[in-house]
Amino acid sequence: MVAEIPSVTADSAYRMSLWSRLMTDRNFLGFWFMLPAAAVLILFLAWPLVLGIWLSMTDTTIGRPGVFIGLENFDWLSDDPVFWLAVFNTFLYTTVASIVKFLLGLWLALLLNKHLPFKALLRAIVLLPWIVPTVLSAIAFWWIYDAQFSIISWVLLKFGWITANVNFLGDPDNARASVIAANVWRGIPFVAITLLAGLQTISPSLHEAATIDGASGWQRFRYVTMPLLTPIIAVVMTFSVLFTFTDFQLIYVLTRGGPLNATHLMATLSFQRAIPGGQLGEGAAIAVAMIPFLLAAILFSYFGLQRRKWQQGGRD
Amino acid sequence: MAAVDIVGVRKAFGATEVIHGVDIAIADGQFVVLVGPSGCGKSTLLRMLAGLESITDGTISIDGKVVNLVPPKERDIAMVFQNYALYPHMSVFDNMGFSLKLRGAPKAEIDRRVKEAAAILDLDRLLERFPRQLSGGQRQRVAMGRAIVRDPKVFLFDEPLSNLDAKLRVAMRTEIRALHQRLRSTTVYVTHDQIEAMTMADKIVVMHDGRVEQIGEPLELYDRPDNLFVAGFIGSPAMNFLPGRIEAGAGPRFVSDGGVSLPLVAPPGGVGSGIDGRPVVLGVRPEHLHLADEGAAAEVLVVEPTGSEIQVFTKLGGADVMAVFRERHRFRPGDRIRVAPLPGQIHLFDAESGRRLVP
Ligand SMILES: Nc1ncnc2c1ncn2[C@@H]1O[C@H](COP(=O)(O)OP(=O)(O)OP(=O)(O)O)[C@@H](O)[C@H]1O
Ligand SMILES: [Mg+2]
Repeated sequence: MVAEIPSVTADSAYRMSLWSRLMTDRNFLGFWFMLPAAAVLILFLAWPLVLGIWLSMTDTTIGRPGVFIGLENFDWLSDDPVFWLAVFNTFLYTTVASIVKFLLGLWLALLLNKHLPFKALLRAIVLLPWIVPTVLSAIAFWWIYDAQFSIISWVLLKFGWITANVNFLGDPDNARASVIAANVWRGIPFVAITLLAGLQTISPSLHEAATIDGASGWQRFRYVTMPLLTPIIAVVMTFSVLFTFTDFQLIYVLTRGGPLNATHLMATLSFQRAIPGGQLGEGAAIAVAMIPFLLAAILFSYFGLQRRKWQQGGRD
Repeated sequence: MAAVDIVGVRKAFGATEVIHGVDIAIADGQFVVLVGPSGCGKSTLLRMLAGLESITDGTISIDGKVVNLVPPKERDIAMVFQNYALYPHMSVFDNMGFSLKLRGAPKAEIDRRVKEAAAILDLDRLLERFPRQLSGGQRQRVAMGRAIVRDPKVFLFDEPLSNLDAKLRVAMRTEIRALHQRLRSTTVYVTHDQIEAMTMADKIVVMHDGRVEQIGEPLELYDRPDNLFVAGFIGSPAMNFLPGRIEAGAGPRFVSDGGVSLPLVAPPGGVGSGIDGRPVVLGVRPEHLHLADEGAAAEVLVVEPTGSEIQVFTKLGGADVMAVFRERHRFRPGDRIRVAPLPGQIHLFDAESGRRLVP
């Protein structure tokens, strides 16, 4: 029987099998399925990034197409004390805000994970700062920090703890603390709710087992909660650091980088130089200078996020 | 090693009481099994023993000391959870050594005691693994190892075998028994599987709806169940029940509602006057029915051979009755057979209260 099959059929059977083999090849199919998404990413993310890097190597100003000047913008920035101040501010802002957000967020998550009355309502309230548009909350903070009408000053005055209104946004140190506080207020919900989700994945019987094993409250936190939460902490804090590092709206509404550039972040300085200042090339260079730091944060998270040994292998 | 005394213990969650006054005395070194249907409060009772739930009323004492207000870590008990509750981020070694580490035991001692327990449970080669890398049975043994290492006064088990497949369950049953014979520590073991209870217990506590129905040795419960609930719960396949009444007279008889009439071999002495016409439930275990010419007529509905025996489902005077025979009868559905209980192997219960009538 086999021998009687004409060779043409055998040939087409072979071609069929090539086609069907292609259709079941993971790599081949995977490539085609990924193509649309990759195209979108390249067109709208990678290409603008390339353009931005190109722009940072030109002396473009508004109204005049620039010419390629190599790394001259960066060279110029490296001698610019305002740029270095912005770098310092950005680091200060990111470090302090992230740490405070983490600590308060974790604390809040632990609280919300307990059996509280009105739990759902409390959780909704906690999310509020994050739901409000940034500009709106920034404007609210602007009022709170107002030199004359600040409610904080008013309360403190009433209690007699201060004698004159606090100059929240006028004094460099106060301004830094104020914008950090506003950022913390906005960022806590994200940290708290995500960590809460993480806490809820920890089986209560683990805590019971630890209790019976003789662990105190602190020891349970230290030996059970924290290790099991670290993978989620790594994710949350990576995002939190990235958001904070690239923050723009809050500063722009509250201080515009002032007083004396004390609250200028790299993002706000870049905008300041590029748009109002018209120095597009230089602004782009400042933005590009953020890339290495962001890459470092991503690499950190990449290693932080790697599955720990205890998460590997086996089934649940 | 300690005796455990549970006296008048109640538990309420908010307004709903789920345990309504339970008294259990557990002697030092005894293996006690709490058994009962789902939701009857076994876990709750065990968790109160462990200190994971507060005690609403009554007292629990361990080793003569009332522990109602003693926190779990000071009760010196170890518990094996149904889902094992192994710490996923710790190796088997660290899981087992965790309690010692918390107590601040020196490294050398932790090492020695963990290795000892591992040797008992045949876990030596798994000490470096993480829980995820273990099979169900191995995890179960690690959970037991964690308990053994502590050398506690009392072991508590909450359905430790219910996540295992049938074969492993039987094997682990034996292993836990062997372990108890070796360590001789007081053990409270919760299960809803009456076979587990029968095979493992020194003493069984049958619970139902937050109450203790009967406490006794396995065979005591099997031979003389105190009430209808215990009679129906202990034993597999379950006991047959025929509702009916007693007709006193020269030879007292039981007459079922379906008209089946059986002589009562031993007259129900002690029941006293007024037994005539008294509504009762007659219980007879499937294995205590045998073929007898003078027996009651039954119609075969289904025949299920298991190899070692055949289980025959029949209709007897309108009631479903199951019989188990060790002989290889070749019945077919529709056959008519005559069955009678073995002499002395019937149980009579008061229909109203469900209590056992004396024989
Ligand atoms: N935290 C709680 N709040 C309210 N009711 C509860 C709580 N825990 C248990 N119960 C109720 O108490 C009763 C006993 O529960 P328990 O867990 O002790 O049953 P169980 O005998 O262990 O059952 P199972 O065999 O299914 O594990 C149930 O009716 C249950 O609904
Ligand atoms: Mg239970």
